[in-house]
Amino acid sequence: MDPEQFCSGFRYKRDRTSIMKTGKSEVVAKAAQKLSWFLVLPLVLILAFFLILPLVTIGIVSFWDYNEWNFFPAFIFDNYHYVFTSHVTLATYLKTLKFTVLTWFFCVTIGFTVAYFLAFHVRSLKWQIALFLLCTIPFWTSNIIRMISWIPFLGRNGIANSILLEMGIIEAPLEWLLFSDFAVVLAFVHLYALFMVVPIFNTMMRIDKSLIEAAHDAGASGFQILTNIIIPLTKPGIMIGSIFVITLVMGDFITVRFMSGGQSASVGRIISNEIALLQYPAAAANAVVLLSVVIFMVAIMLRFVDIRKEL
Amino acid sequence: MKKTENSNTEKSLSRRSFLKGTAASAGAVLGSGVVTGFPTVWAQNIKNVTLRQFGTGVSNLNEVAAKVKEDLGFTLEMTALDSDSVTQRAATQPKSFDIADIEYWICKKVWGSGNLQAMDTSKIKNYDKIVGTFKSGKLTPESVIAQGTAPHTVGFTEGANGTTFADNETGWMTLIPTIYNADTLGIRPDLIGRPIESWTELLNPEFKGKASILDISSIGIMDAAMVCEAMGEVTYGDKGNMTKEEIDKTMAIFTEAKKAGQFRAFWKSFDESVNLMASGEVVIQSMWSPAITAVRSKGIPCVYQPLKEGYRSWGGGLGLSANLSGLELEAAYEYINWYLDGWVGGFLMRQGYYSAVPETSKNYMSEDEWGFWFEGKEAKGDITNPFGDVMEKAGAVRDGGSFYDRMGAVACWNAVMDENKYMVRKWNEFIAA
Repeated sequence: MDPEQFCSGFRYKRDRTSIMKTGKSEVVAKAAQKLSWFLVLPLVLILAFFLILPLVTIGIVSFWDYNEWNFFPAFIFDNYHYVFTSHVTLATYLKTLKFTVLTWFFCVTIGFTVAYFLAFHVRSLKWQIALFLLCTIPFWTSNIIRMISWIPFLGRNGIANSILLEMGIIEAPLEWLLFSDFAVVLAFVHLYALFMVVPIFNTMMRIDKSLIEAAHDAGASGFQILTNIIIPLTKPGIMIGSIFVITLVMGDFITVRFMSGGQSASVGRIISNEIALLQYPAAAANAVVLLSVVIFMVAIMLRFVDIRKEL
Repeated sequence: MKKTENSNTEKSLSRRSFLKGTAASAGAVLGSGVVTGFPTVWAQNIKNVTLRQFGTGVSNLNEVAAKVKEDLGFTLEMTALDSDSVTQRAATQPKSFDIADIEYWICKKVWGSGNLQAMDTSKIKNYDKIVGTFKSGKLTPESVIAQGTAPHTVGFTEGANGTTFADNETGWMTLIPTIYNADTLGIRPDLIGRPIESWTELLNPEFKGKASILDISSIGIMDAAMVCEAMGEVTYGDKGNMTKEEIDKTMAIFTEAKKAGQFRAFWKSFDESVNLMASGEVVIQSMWSPAITAVRSKGIPCVYQPLKEGYRSWGGGLGLSANLSGLELEAAYEYINWYLDGWVGGFLMRQGYYSAVPETSKNYMSEDEWGFWFEGKEAKGDITNPFGDVMEKAGAVRDGGSFYDRMGAVACWNAVMDENKYMVRKWNEFIAA
């Protein structure tokens, strides 16, 4: 169930006990409870059909067996056995984590800086909105196109190498610009930085300006204000952005394939390969493991910050 | 997903009701005593038939659909997909197609699913003219049968409802062969500057960071095997059906090369291979014939280099969905007969492929075109492809020479192995290494 619904349910219970103390409107409270369940119903149904059911199906299929053209009910642990014993699994998870950490780091740095500039340096609301929209314009085109457009730019005879050669900075084309881990991380940061900018900007806009003024009056330096006030107060925004970036990168398969020239593997690519080869049960087992890892990561992140405050 | 399913059921429903209508009108004709009316009724109704074909990009061409409408009167809907998606669809969505345009190795994979029906060769007019490769496996009586999933080994089944492959011409074909070619490495002669003669060159350190191989496991492993065998590192019993040990050895050699930075990229789709080659990112790689011509038509020199160890070959054909019956089945046979009648053959041969019935294709090609593409003769004038682009200037000779030179030097066919599952895992490990 959605955490928000969950906690509003709790809140409701608390309210009810206080009402019951008055002893008067118990009937009204019961009706209200019924109504609240009724109101939650559509969400429950949607989540049950489009989230729980598919996940359960994937869970079940991960124990099935398969051959070249078909997969069929069985109860075998081969799929999981392979996932947990193959050295490829460890290698791909490490690689995927490497992409995730690097992408996250650059997205936070860029996202925080951009949001800080928008929220605290741009004074008029009109300009804030205008510049914010400017940030979103590249996102009107497709992910794939934005990603692929890097290929001619970074290639051996691409624009970047030609310019560097022309300027005499390098003597031979840089090979690592394209089809490398560098290219993958670059594309990820380009694709997902906005997911960091938006929530951080959102929380920053909610910071009471008088807090900063008070700190200033109390003699805090700009750096102290940043570390003692702004960063702690934007933590929920950073965390929401991080959840977006980390889940997106962990599950990606297409960016890794295109930008690494098919040379790097990520967990998502392994799954997509297995699907392409009709090995659905193997793909399902891999997906279950990936899902658990990502949920675990998000759970740890939620330990640090209470993002409910932001919702 | 849901939407497609719905539209499919709608389609099959309307087809069913349509068939009922046909039966009723046929009955009416019979009832009124005009027995001779049968073929006429079909000839009229066939215009309402729509056949849904899917397959790889090579032969799913809109020009073919347009010509079908013109010559036969019915509608052919085409969907082009990559090899993996084609396999997936043939195996898992039997109701989504009427005709499957698939490769022989895909046929080996999916025939067991029962989604395709065998074809009665007595209904195929040009059956006798189909080249030997697809019947006995021998191009000429002296030919040696190549390794791998040779088309004739999966081309026949026991009967109308056969589920296993037969080793002789039973009169029931799984696929009607339509298109095939001999593949080798593509090179950029301008960037290499010396003759390339062997498959070993793919792993030559001279091309470090400038080589590529295709990332479709069942085809890539064959290219890899051609290289390892040529290097003398691995001896194979049958490259098309490797043992676990042979797979391990092959992948070990390639993994080592990958770690040393031999490969610039791996490609999965036709366009990727063209871009890699045209941009100069790669100078030697596994490639498909039309990709070579696509690079050349950009004015960039590119050669489909014949190699002394021979070619890796592939073949494709048309298979009928098990769901086809009645009028639509007749239409499908008519389509297949038309396919082998020469027009499509000529159309494909002018792009560098071969037709299963070359002699009928000859009628639809100029003497110069036939000489260049099939006989390996020097072009007398400019050679254009069916779309009107100039492919070769006068005086050019086809890489590899004549049909018999090229198809006679096939070392192995694209294949599915008994150890397929193991091979796929090893291939994935190679990609992830």
